[in-house]
Amino acid sequence: MLGAAIIVFREVIEAGLIAGIVLAATEGVQGRTAYVIGGIAAGVFGASLLAVFAGSLSDAFEGMGQEVFSASILAFAVVMLTWHNVWMAQHGRELAAELKAAGHAVATGSKTLLALAAVVGIAVLREGAEVVLFLYGNMIASNSGWWEVLAGGLIGLAGGVAVSFIVFIGLVLIPVHRLFSVTSFLIAFLAAGMASQCVHYLDQADILNVLSATLWDTSSILPKDSIAGRILATLIGYDDKPSVMQAIVYLATLTVIFGAMRVFAPAKPQPKPPVAMGSRVAAE
Amino acid sequence: MGMKGLPAFLLLPALIALSTACHADEPVAIDLTLKDHKFEPAEIRAPAGKAIAITLKNEDDAIEEFDSNSLRTEKIVTKGGTVTIRLKPLAAGRYPFQGEFHAKTAQGVLIVE
Repeated sequence: MLGAAIIVFREVIEAGLIAGIVLAATEGVQGRTAYVIGGIAAGVFGASLLAVFAGSLSDAFEGMGQEVFSASILAFAVVMLTWHNVWMAQHGRELAAELKAAGHAVATGSKTLLALAAVVGIAVLREGAEVVLFLYGNMIASNSGWWEVLAGGLIGLAGGVAVSFIVFIGLVLIPVHRLFSVTSFLIAFLAAGMASQCVHYLDQADILNVLSATLWDTSSILPKDSIAGRILATLIGYDDKPSVMQAIVYLATLTVIFGAMRVFAPAKPQPKPPVAMGSRVAAE
Repeated sequence: MGMKGLPAFLLLPALIALSTACHADEPVAIDLTLKDHKFEPAEIRAPAGKAIAITLKNEDDAIEEFDSNSLRTEKIVTKGGTVTIRLKPLAAGRYPFQGEFHAKTAQGVLIVE
């Protein structure tokens, strides 16, 4: 039972962190709860489908189907997150102002709700498939009874959801005029981490095998499969043995996202020239 | 298999032999089996600095995930299924791996020397 609780907790926390950040990033936007729940539901459904077709997926692309699939959905998620951040750079200020004035749900809404819901769906899909396969396999084969595995799974799920909720609450405590800058910052790092993971999968599938030398090895200090390592991997793309290519793509993704946010941000209203200077010019 | 398939089928071993002979940098092939949620053999060896291809056959009646942080690999293998785990050339050392869904018993190690 404990084993099931731990494995489910571990997977749920990874998807849950992403869901928590997305919920905070859409704070106050009308209809966002429906979108996020829709994303989670689609993810669970997709994970079940993936579990059923695990064999066929595995055999696809000369046995590299799992890797190609993971790389594709990660790349898609990176694009969606980038789009959200650019949109927020354009409209975040008005959204925050409206939210502050109204104090509740605003109609302006983020156009990128669907994109973010898709990202939540992808996160749930990736982690959920493993949970489904594990629970299903162990409920059938368990010596201790299927209900014990199920109970463990539910405890793990509850724990994971609780942690995600704490992350969400912690984020929305941030004053509203700063909230969206913080969530955009977090989302940029989520995206960079996903891009780096995507490169790793492409490398494993032998599709992108340049600069695959290991850049550093911190697996003895902070292994990626420890709880702290996993949380950091989800949040900022921590890797204990990244390749050179992964690091390049990670930095490139951050550069592109922050660059695009700067380019698309509306110009700040120009401050009027100081009166003193103006009067002096007039006097001359 | 139809009539067309037969000659190709007979040719296959010859083709494999030929391709192995041609490519000096073919990965080192290792066969691994999962049975009763245990790896057989539980200890595998490979030379350092050479690409490795582990062919894992799951003879259990349960799905498993080959998982190794040290090898940076996670791969689902269905019941009765076979997957190939391709590894880049490795430095000498011990690289533990496990079957994540039955980690109590499914433990193994790749020793690179």
